[in-house]
Amino acid sequence: MTAAPPIVRAGLRGAALASGLRDLLGSEKVLWAREDLLLYEYDGAVDIATPDAVVLPNETADVAKLARFCAEHAVPLVPRGAGTGLSGGAIPVEGGVVISFARMSRILELDVANLRAVVQPGLVNLHLSTAAAPHGLYFVPDPSSQKACTLGGNVAENSGGPHTLAYGVTTNHVTGLELVLSDGSIVRLGGKALEYDGYDLVGTFVGSEGTLGIITEITVKLTPLPEDKRTLMAAFPTMDDASNTVSAIIGAGIVPSAMEMMDQLSTQAVEASVGAGYPLDAGGILLVEVDGVRDGLDDLLERIEVICRAAHAQELRVATTALERDKLWAGRKGAFAAMGRLASDYYVQDGVIPRTKLPQVLRHVIDVGERYGLRIANVFHAGDGNLHPLIMFDGSKGPAEVERVKEAGREILEMCIQVGGSITGEHGVGMEKTCYMPLQYSPVDMAVMHRVKDAFDPLGLANPGKIFPTPGRCKEFSLNAAR
Amino acid sequence: MIRRRGFPNADAPLPELISRCVHCGLCLPTCPTFAELGVEMDSPRGRIRLMKNVWDGRLDADSAAFADHMAKCLDCRACETACPSGVSFGKLMEAARSQVLAARRPNLAEALLRRAAFRGLITSPARLALFARFGYLSKRLGARTILRAIGMKRLAELLDLVPEKAPTSAALPARFAAIGTKRGTVALFTGCVMRAAFADTNAATARVLARNGIEVLVPATQTCCGALHAHAGERGGARELAKRNISGLEPLAVDAFIVNAAGCGANLKEYGWLLKDDQEWAERGERFSARVKDASEYLAAVGLAERPGPVRATAAYDDPCHLIHGQKISAQPRALLAAIPELRLVPLAEADWCCGSAGTYNVTQPELAARLGHRKAQHIVRSGAEMVVTANPGCQMQIEAALRREGARVPVVHLMDLLDRAYASR
Repeated sequence: MTAAPPIVRAGLRGAALASGLRDLLGSEKVLWAREDLLLYEYDGAVDIATPDAVVLPNETADVAKLARFCAEHAVPLVPRGAGTGLSGGAIPVEGGVVISFARMSRILELDVANLRAVVQPGLVNLHLSTAAAPHGLYFVPDPSSQKACTLGGNVAENSGGPHTLAYGVTTNHVTGLELVLSDGSIVRLGGKALEYDGYDLVGTFVGSEGTLGIITEITVKLTPLPEDKRTLMAAFPTMDDASNTVSAIIGAGIVPSAMEMMDQLSTQAVEASVGAGYPLDAGGILLVEVDGVRDGLDDLLERIEVICRAAHAQELRVATTALERDKLWAGRKGAFAAMGRLASDYYVQDGVIPRTKLPQVLRHVIDVGERYGLRIANVFHAGDGNLHPLIMFDGSKGPAEVERVKEAGREILEMCIQVGGSITGEHGVGMEKTCYMPLQYSPVDMAVMHRVKDAFDPLGLANPGKIFPTPGRCKEFSLNAAR
Repeated sequence: MIRRRGFPNADAPLPELISRCVHCGLCLPTCPTFAELGVEMDSPRGRIRLMKNVWDGRLDADSAAFADHMAKCLDCRACETACPSGVSFGKLMEAARSQVLAARRPNLAEALLRRAAFRGLITSPARLALFARFGYLSKRLGARTILRAIGMKRLAELLDLVPEKAPTSAALPARFAAIGTKRGTVALFTGCVMRAAFADTNAATARVLARNGIEVLVPATQTCCGALHAHAGERGGARELAKRNISGLEPLAVDAFIVNAAGCGANLKEYGWLLKDDQEWAERGERFSARVKDASEYLAAVGLAERPGPVRATAAYDDPCHLIHGQKISAQPRALLAAIPELRLVPLAEADWCCGSAGTYNVTQPELAARLGHRKAQHIVRSGAEMVVTANPGCQMQIEAALRREGARVPVVHLMDLLDRAYASR
């Protein structure tokens, strides 16, 4: 069995491709000028690659037409939502056509009685919750970029967010999909019902990062808004204290709806940015939210406060108004981008570890930072054990610096795997972590995954260069080296 | 194509401001042009990337594409409010436009028009007043219909912007005495569009301040603030006007320079930045800017000395971009409105979105401006408000025109006019 996929090189390219696409779809749906294409070579992460053309479809039929054309001419297809991704998922590393869903952003149906919404992939995550709010409903997964990121991107990456601790990630909230496969066929998987017989192909597709096909319509679950919530900010002298608190809260049988941690470097950046009111002298802070039926929330909060105090909390503050709560969350949700105040570039990791290993792994992160002479901020989903070390650097120092930063990132991920975790919780493997896949999976594991890809995308045109390591691009890492 | 690396002169968008952008994309959904056009080139992140590409030698500063995407930006600065990294987008955009101007030789007609507008008209209140009255008169005489009939649609649309009420040009007295216990002294910045088309609003602002124990001086030693120049990339003209205002106003022993036009206020507050490379003026600019206050900002800070009378109406407040995004002022106008008895304030969707006025945008980009005006008018109609309150003359004209096109009879009033009316009703 071979685990390595064939390297796809775009067949039709350049001016010939652009004129073919214009004939096919009309020039108002195609971008081909060099200066325009340069603006589709980046996303929210560090890797870049320029597409041969960009297509802006209005409807599923456009996507199907495009896919048939590209299948015929061996052109890769790379879907793009808002370009907020953190693993290079929307970067056309093998060239080809980037499909921007900016014009497919409508809510097709709000089925309040059945707690479902049918939406187009370009819809902004938060816009769905805003539209559902008058009906007392919301869409649960809330990535920090939810004001900008799209549902299509969320499904492709199986995004998480602070509130996935109690309510699950994107895959737990998607019941149906309409897809266009790379041969141009339109497929419907699932629907509004909770369960369907046969293979759970919706589950297979969520998190497939565009490598199985292109999402053109999504059916999601809506959830009744909780009657009330309480948000607690707890400041600790050290990250160890904060980490131990996380395990102690879960150990006490309490599952908050969210439990987020930030180190001092993060709170400093955030305070300069949104002024969320985090104490600057704390070594680590926790944001804990509980929600549900109003009766009992205060008792629950009190139990959490007792645990925090026992773990040396230096300050506890409960948001008493919606405005205060929003402010506490604005700090957390704007934390990544706020790093722009500290450094021109950052490289964010997404490793997942067992909660109880938090103190050990965080100490390792500090050690890596010291050894490489790089500043690393930590702001992450502590309850899920989903780390987000942000390695700050200056990209203008050139590719060697980027390589050094990636080396530091690799050391952190190796530690995550060593303690029984994984290399990505919610950002996806993308093109950025493909080389680390063999750290986690055996050649046989990888080959099985690749057979799944072949079943959907035998031509290898669906977002090539993602998830699977490409020979020649990766230095030799292996499972055994890490374990 | 020959690629020249970088920008033509020192007013270029600074690389250290550009590198603040971590291309996270959080600005995208707040950008009206991205919402309308859906392409990265017309998003804040994309525009910053275009500037970076010029620095990197991947795009020419004099290219049509660069000029086009810089021109399509509203400079509404909603992206600045959204940006967690603290990118100073307004500064970048004004700098980029100055480079377009320096790199591209405008054709003769364009050059003459710019010269007439920026040197002859905007800076001269008397000429602008004449223009405004001519506009009002031609409108009354049905010029719009005639212009449409002979195919001059763009001119007809421009005329649409002329306010409904006849402009008054009665000169303001040099001083409004404080009524009751005197609590402060301020100088009123009268602006040029304000003075020409909305002179009543200046008088209203002075009366409201006086009613609250504030003595108001109306110094003659002031001129156009230069905001329209700065937005259009005319850095030289903007600096010249800034220096004249600083010289004319800085000797006054007043607590603040009060502005009632959000666009002017945002610009006056950035004189320090505008003059940062001028040794003699940089610090004076900073000191001047620190004394500038929007009328609502100042009034909310000192507090109302006297409660206004009732206004029985349902109103919606529309945030001028250069107030909410440019000066981070959004709570103060709402607090003042809340102080008016019997005024019911209803929420307005996208109140923090640009209406399409954006300085000279409705002149330079009439089609996009009309689309945004339509969007704004629809939200206003849906809000059920009987009047719209705002705090900038450009917005007032644009929203009035948009509502008229929609066939909606909803008056647009300046916050200070409404407060003045409320005090008068006591």
